[in-house]
Amino acid sequence: MKVVYPFVAVLLLALVAYLGVIAGLEYLFGVIIPYMSLLLFLVGFSWKIYDWVKSPVPFRIPTTCGQAKSLEWIKRNELESPSGFWGVFGRMSLEVLFFRSLFRNTKAELVPGPSLAYSSSKWLWMAGLLFHWSLLVIVLRHYRFFLAGVPGFVEFLESVDGFLQVTLPTLYITDLLLVIAVTFLVLRRLASAQMRIISLSTDYFPLFLILAIALSGISMRYLDKVDVVAIKVLVQGLVSFQFDAPGEIGGMFYVHLFLVCVLISYFPFSKLMHMGGIFLSPTRNLANNSREKRHINPWNPEVQYRTYAEYEEEFREKMVKADLPTEFPLPSEKEKI
Amino acid sequence: MTTNPPKLSELQLEYEQEASLLKGDSPGKEWLDIPVEFRDGNWCHAAKPNVIEDLGFNNPRKWSPEDEDWQLEDGWQKIVKNGMKERLDKFRSFKLFMDICVRCGACADKCHFFLGSGDPKNMPVVRQELMRSVYRHEFSWSGKIFKGLVGARPLSEEVLKEWFMYFHQCTECRRCSVFCPFGIDTAEVTLMGRELLNLVGTNINWISEPASNCNRTGNHLGIEPHTYKNVVESLAEDIEDQTGVTVNPTFNRKGAEILFITPSGDVFGDPGIYTMMGYMMLFEHIGLDYTLSTYASEGGNFGLFTSNQSMKKINAKMFHEAERLGVKWILGGECGHMWRVVHQYMDTMNGPADFLEEPVSPITGTKFRNATSTKMVHIAEFTADLIHQGKLKLDPRRNDHLKTTFHDSCNIARGMGMMEEPRYVLRNVCNNFNEMPDHTIREETFCCGSGSGLNTDEYMDVRMRGGFPRASAVKHVKDKYGVNALVAICAIDRASLPPLMNYWNPGVSVYGLHELVGNALVMEGEDERTEDLREDEMEDLESESTSREDDE
Repeated sequence: MKVVYPFVAVLLLALVAYLGVIAGLEYLFGVIIPYMSLLLFLVGFSWKIYDWVKSPVPFRIPTTCGQAKSLEWIKRNELESPSGFWGVFGRMSLEVLFFRSLFRNTKAELVPGPSLAYSSSKWLWMAGLLFHWSLLVIVLRHYRFFLAGVPGFVEFLESVDGFLQVTLPTLYITDLLLVIAVTFLVLRRLASAQMRIISLSTDYFPLFLILAIALSGISMRYLDKVDVVAIKVLVQGLVSFQFDAPGEIGGMFYVHLFLVCVLISYFPFSKLMHMGGIFLSPTRNLANNSREKRHINPWNPEVQYRTYAEYEEEFREKMVKADLPTEFPLPSEKEKI
Repeated sequence: MTTNPPKLSELQLEYEQEASLLKGDSPGKEWLDIPVEFRDGNWCHAAKPNVIEDLGFNNPRKWSPEDEDWQLEDGWQKIVKNGMKERLDKFRSFKLFMDICVRCGACADKCHFFLGSGDPKNMPVVRQELMRSVYRHEFSWSGKIFKGLVGARPLSEEVLKEWFMYFHQCTECRRCSVFCPFGIDTAEVTLMGRELLNLVGTNINWISEPASNCNRTGNHLGIEPHTYKNVVESLAEDIEDQTGVTVNPTFNRKGAEILFITPSGDVFGDPGIYTMMGYMMLFEHIGLDYTLSTYASEGGNFGLFTSNQSMKKINAKMFHEAERLGVKWILGGECGHMWRVVHQYMDTMNGPADFLEEPVSPITGTKFRNATSTKMVHIAEFTADLIHQGKLKLDPRRNDHLKTTFHDSCNIARGMGMMEEPRYVLRNVCNNFNEMPDHTIREETFCCGSGSGLNTDEYMDVRMRGGFPRASAVKHVKDKYGVNALVAICAIDRASLPPLMNYWNPGVSVYGLHELVGNALVMEGEDERTEDLREDEMEDLESESTSREDDE
């Protein structure tokens, strides 16, 4: 059910766009929905970030994964236990660009003894990295639709991405990698009992959605070719806020576009917000220097603790008997009476 | 299982033969459909009514987790919901971690409780989902609309029971957060979870009572000032008996240069006391001008496992006492969660400590630049510096009867980043030191299985399972190198690892780092040493021809 529902949902969404265009709703799917979903994405994303940032970080809680700054002759690990800004910058860069923490991944196995054995396990890291980088390159490549000319960096990306020069039009490696990686990410959720039990429908849905977007895009490029010029006209119309009705483009394009719209509308309200959240994670983005520099908690509560005076008041007699120094002497016999 | 803990052979058989999610066997249903079952050994006693009252928490009553009816007060759901809202607004970590988990599964097999039990709800991601599912239901519109379809569920008594069980099967060791691509720390979730449990009077006594004691008497064990002094003095006498050297600890002494604070477990618990003896010998050896305090007589802080306010309250005594005594700075003993609090929370909560000076070692002149604001130095940093500057006379051969390995305490490794200092000290005070396998030490170290206030006898079943990954790694070096001494710099470890070793690896004893320092110290005017601080025979030093003078 956790798998079937999101799968069916994606199919239905694709069908909605396909049938909608057949029914002559190009304007809805080509103009209105893209604007609405972009708006939803921008507002939702910003709102979510604002909502997170509005909650303060009361304590400095980096997870230290290496030797901290200590005595001068002890070699410290600035990237795993940063002591200042540049260390944090390096640590975050590694995390965001190369998924440092996932790279550490191990697999634990119960072996006869019984005993535990650990081995390095980098499949998830590799698939995750391929998936995210391919997606980024593909998104950047789409930039060519937004401008009259084609910017240099896009041409560069395209030439690198298409270096294999097989098929016509040239096969983009990232298209292939993305599909492979996403498929792997789906299959690994299905393949192990641990992954099956932790996965929710909301884990499968974005995977299926992205896979469908990729496949519809690929089919337009390599199989059922669509009118790229018409698409460029439509997109540039959108970008320049001309609400002209789109020309004849073909159903597959609308499926592609609509699913992208669904994805970006869904984005701010889902786990996909990890894209923004990773930058805010207090266990990663803070320096491990809390004994060196005082971290301020804006809501530091007033707390009544038991003062030494109260303590001595209760134990003074016992303390005096035990020859422990006290602030005040015991009341003399006379005062007692 | 009939006994608590199960017989070793039974548990081994279970690990080898029974189906387990750890081995890839599916439990056959969703975790949501697996009921919570309290049985001997998997729950801790509820906090006593007077303790709850003393701490100012709700609904003091006599109850047990095994009861069908937990006698929750009317409207408890609202209390929890409001409590969640308040904490989401106060802690970015909590809010963020509720939102950004992608359930990639990297954490799944990183938790010692999962590795020791195979229980699906002990996968860190699911332990967080216990909370996240309620969060979605209450605080996200998608959860409100799609409910179970997106993993949302309402807060019920059954859910609260599940929280109680599994937020106490997390030792807040942060191992999962090392592997999480977003740094999600389950401890941040279970710390909040425990605060929420406290709000509705579902506390456990082994955490609440020490927190309450600590407030009144200054330490977790409820030891009053005269007794504290007596016990420390008797340890001083033991030192004199064994070494012929007189050490003179002072108490509550104004004008001392340094205030020394260590967990009360070092003063009252075996084998912690030998570590305490080690500290005192070291301080005598270098002529340190220090005092102990009967008021700030606890390094540990069970407030951390109760609520951020309790933590602040218990911690406040350190600075308060340091100011009253007029010391220059504070030196802290070997302890795990104490150092999480001192390193990551203390200055924020109870600072700034303007009345103290930036810490400088009076022996070596070394400035502890990493502690210039909090003004509290870890004993391993302090001793490592002494050794590095050649200020200690050490004979590591005196620990030749020990084949050591080193257990990184979770909080020291992952909450502080202290990995090398204790190893440096250890290498200088003993000749036989072997590391446990990769992935079980340093930032990937395994918890003893009893941290975060779970070190209680009725919890043996869970503790022995949770300690299995640590024990398994120790067994590896025991078999390979004949390791018989597990060295740790944590008072909870010193209390919890001995039963764990007895269970899994009989023959391995647990030592504090400064106990080994005490053994190795060559003190002025000492008698000939043939026994270590535990009165175990040292190896015969005379018969060994190789002299190791260069070791000093």
